[in-house]
Amino acid sequence: MSTTETKLPIYTAKDFTTDQDVRWCPGCGDYAALAAVRKVLPKIGRKKEDFVFVSGIGCAARFPYYVETYGMHSIHGRALAVATGVKCANPDLEVCVVSGDGDLLSIGGNHTIHTMRRNVDITIILLNNKIYGLTKGQYSPTSETGKITPTSPAGSIDFPVNPIALAVAAGCTFIARSLDVDMQNLDNIIQRGMAHRGTAFVEVYQDCNIFNHKAWFYASQKDTNPENTVMLEHGKPLVYGTDRDKGIRFNNGRPEKVVIGQDGISESDLIVHDETDPILASMYSKMAHPEFPEPMGILYADPSKPTYNQLLHDQIEHAQADGKGMDLQSLITGNKSWTVE
Amino acid sequence: MPADLTMDKVPTTLESVVIRFCGDSGDGMQLTGGQFTDTSALFGNDFATFPDFPAEIRAPKGTTFGVSGFQIQFSSQDIFTPGDRVNAMVAMNPAGFKVNIDDVEPGGIVIVNEDEFTKGNLSKCGYLDGYNPLEDPEIEHKYALIKVPMSRLTKESLAESGMGAKDINRCRNMFALGIVYWLYERPIDNTKDYLIKKFSGKKNLPEVAKINIQALEAGYYFGETAEIFPSRYRVPPAKQEPGTYRQISGNEATVLGLVTASQKASKPIVYASYPITPASNIIHGLSHLKRFGIKTIQSEDEIAAVCTAIGASFAGDIGVTGTSGPGLALKGEAIGLALMLEIPLVIVDVQRAGPATGMPTKTEQADLLQAMYGRHCESPVIVVAPKSPADCFNMAVEAVRLSTKYMCPVIYLSDGYIANGAEPWKVPDVNSIPAIKIHHPSREQFEDREFLPYERDPETLARAWAIPGTEGLEHRVGSLEKEDKTGNVSYDPDNHDKMVRLRAEKVKRAVNSIPLLEVNGDEQGDTLVLGWGGTYGSITTAVQHIRARGHQVSSAHLQYLNPMPSNTEQVLRSFKKIVIPEINLGQLSMLIRSQFLIETHGINIVKGQPFKVDTLVERIMEVIES
Repeated sequence: MSTTETKLPIYTAKDFTTDQDVRWCPGCGDYAALAAVRKVLPKIGRKKEDFVFVSGIGCAARFPYYVETYGMHSIHGRALAVATGVKCANPDLEVCVVSGDGDLLSIGGNHTIHTMRRNVDITIILLNNKIYGLTKGQYSPTSETGKITPTSPAGSIDFPVNPIALAVAAGCTFIARSLDVDMQNLDNIIQRGMAHRGTAFVEVYQDCNIFNHKAWFYASQKDTNPENTVMLEHGKPLVYGTDRDKGIRFNNGRPEKVVIGQDGISESDLIVHDETDPILASMYSKMAHPEFPEPMGILYADPSKPTYNQLLHDQIEHAQADGKGMDLQSLITGNKSWTVE
Repeated sequence: MPADLTMDKVPTTLESVVIRFCGDSGDGMQLTGGQFTDTSALFGNDFATFPDFPAEIRAPKGTTFGVSGFQIQFSSQDIFTPGDRVNAMVAMNPAGFKVNIDDVEPGGIVIVNEDEFTKGNLSKCGYLDGYNPLEDPEIEHKYALIKVPMSRLTKESLAESGMGAKDINRCRNMFALGIVYWLYERPIDNTKDYLIKKFSGKKNLPEVAKINIQALEAGYYFGETAEIFPSRYRVPPAKQEPGTYRQISGNEATVLGLVTASQKASKPIVYASYPITPASNIIHGLSHLKRFGIKTIQSEDEIAAVCTAIGASFAGDIGVTGTSGPGLALKGEAIGLALMLEIPLVIVDVQRAGPATGMPTKTEQADLLQAMYGRHCESPVIVVAPKSPADCFNMAVEAVRLSTKYMCPVIYLSDGYIANGAEPWKVPDVNSIPAIKIHHPSREQFEDREFLPYERDPETLARAWAIPGTEGLEHRVGSLEKEDKTGNVSYDPDNHDKMVRLRAEKVKRAVNSIPLLEVNGDEQGDTLVLGWGGTYGSITTAVQHIRARGHQVSSAHLQYLNPMPSNTEQVLRSFKKIVIPEINLGQLSMLIRSQFLIETHGINIVKGQPFKVDTLVERIMEVIES
């Protein structure tokens, strides 16, 4: 099933489009994510049949039905556990999980933590709309405290989970963030994520225009985006702002917003993004609106950690290396048998 | 071995003996019993064992709840159970004595480590102040009580070893084993070899091996020289069919069955499991068999385990998950997914006493209805149940065979009793086990027609198992209801009705792939005792006893619970009375009544223990005579 030896067909986004009608609400941010994925898949360098998309339950979880590859729409919260099985059975497959904030962080939160800590080679695309859409508008684990919803008429008293901080804590080896509307960045990130060997986690700020419209407008709009987000580029300083005149520097070990050119501050004073630095990743995870512009792009990428599926197969190969002890009859007879004549 | 000093005494020959070793959970009773079993197996006896231990790894020393026991019946005849009444007990401490003495037959041998019957230890296990059972005339009168200062004798025999008191103390169980080996004319060489291997290998503790062997020999010689036993006993080897034998426990047999199934299917098994008593040693065993391509995954929870197995099956391996009753409950939704996806999945449930945490190390048969119906909506699955430790091998192979043939989840119901109990097993010739044929479609088959993921084999109704990586057969499966044939999401009312019936019909058709129900005894008559799962041994023995008394009674044992063999109703209707003993409140009875409208007489005892043969005989006789 290896793809390296045979010549790849030339695909377009259309090759990854199924005959199923897409049933998301018009204007839903999921369309953007779907478009990005269909656009990216031809560039991954894998055959169509080697992709497997797995999802859980929720609006976002309908995703596999719309991508012309192998796919499974599983049950609520369990996509990553299923995907782990797929990858362990056949590590040659390119396995991708697309699901929402309820699926991956609430009912399936445990699997998110453990998939990341094991570093199973799966790309996770979290379509985070900070709301439960399919069940009609209840607050989600990423909703802000105080949110008024059908289950929280007096305001939600839950404190939200921070997906990036969770990924850092769980030891995820690739952590990225994008806006649904930022097609170019989303493309790049998904492509890098799929190329990454290990768990790649991509948080997408996704607009639910029915139940939580404008939740991300502080970051996603033409006028808000430059001031409230900072696009990270490996080896480049953290510069942002409509006029690209602002940056982040360290002050007494803490990040600080500064204006370039003011008080003698130049670009050389700014923090330089190093995607291999877990300390920086940890810091980015805590940089939140409105105190800071929110980091976008690839926050962290560590290709050095071996993957779970690789280690699993290595152990099997190692056990089989000497070709000994592989006789079934000897195994079941054991070493303490006796013979009755 | 020196000249046998007891040559002048003629040993008493017995058909069968039941011995129970008991003591603190740190006293090494499981090891001691295991060694006695190994030796008896090599000696050629038939045997059945019953390890009985607390869930606490090291409960407070000397307490009754920390008592660990190991019972073995060994025999010159065919036997099916570890026995009801204990003929000889070895009690390493007062707590072990207190918990087990009532199971010893009157006149039975009771060997105690009298050094442990101190005031403090007696009070720790709840004996009244000033009372010592070893000084109780009633006890002395009722049993052949043999008081041996085992702690002191072990210490004295190892005084010159230079080892610490702790190491020396740990050899007491070997001293006790030595006594019992002498008493039942067993050779000690097998255990000596074991000790050398255990301690001299990787552990590199040859001196520990040495003192254990010294203690074993000291116990043996003590039996020989002390002249405190009225007789030695001889249990001749059993007449067994020619062949190669080994001893095997249910969980070991499950492991070997799964590996064999994997080899016969030429497919790796992915065994994903979360540790749970009494199923854990299945994943332990499989984890050591990577050389057979077995992939074991210790999942983060029960739900992850079943879902990982499902993912593995989707990708073309055989997904298996193992658990006990509480875990089966957690896996319920995902089993629904597997049957909706129509892919292979084997769920091993080693049943234990519950509900909730219940009594994790004790046995029960109360997950039958959970296996049958413990899911949302119409979700039939195939259910099989091994009947004895060795039968776990066959039924594990069967579970994989049925699951892959019918593209359907199979629940495999073992239980704590057969999982841990051991018996001799005539090792099958692996070449005699048929291959498990699996077919994955390829694009070439569909050159002239469209591949439809839910198109079915007309005979089995199984859909094709097209796996990711196959060019041209890309498709999506999911938990949503799907249109027949295409697999597209469908909310059509008629389609849903059709799919519900198709999934049920597919399970029913598995009846064509399972053997008929066999009757043990006359094929018709007054009374049939019907059982399932791990109670086979006790039911078979009880029915033999009743027949020996001249009553007409037969038995039958269901290894396939869903579907049941095609002749089940006919077998049942050939008898006037159907008696169903179960370690639950009547779950098979409920199934039989609802499926066949046949009256049943339940014998239901739910004590976390296997049935006693005497109890079954008594209760079956009540029905016969009613």
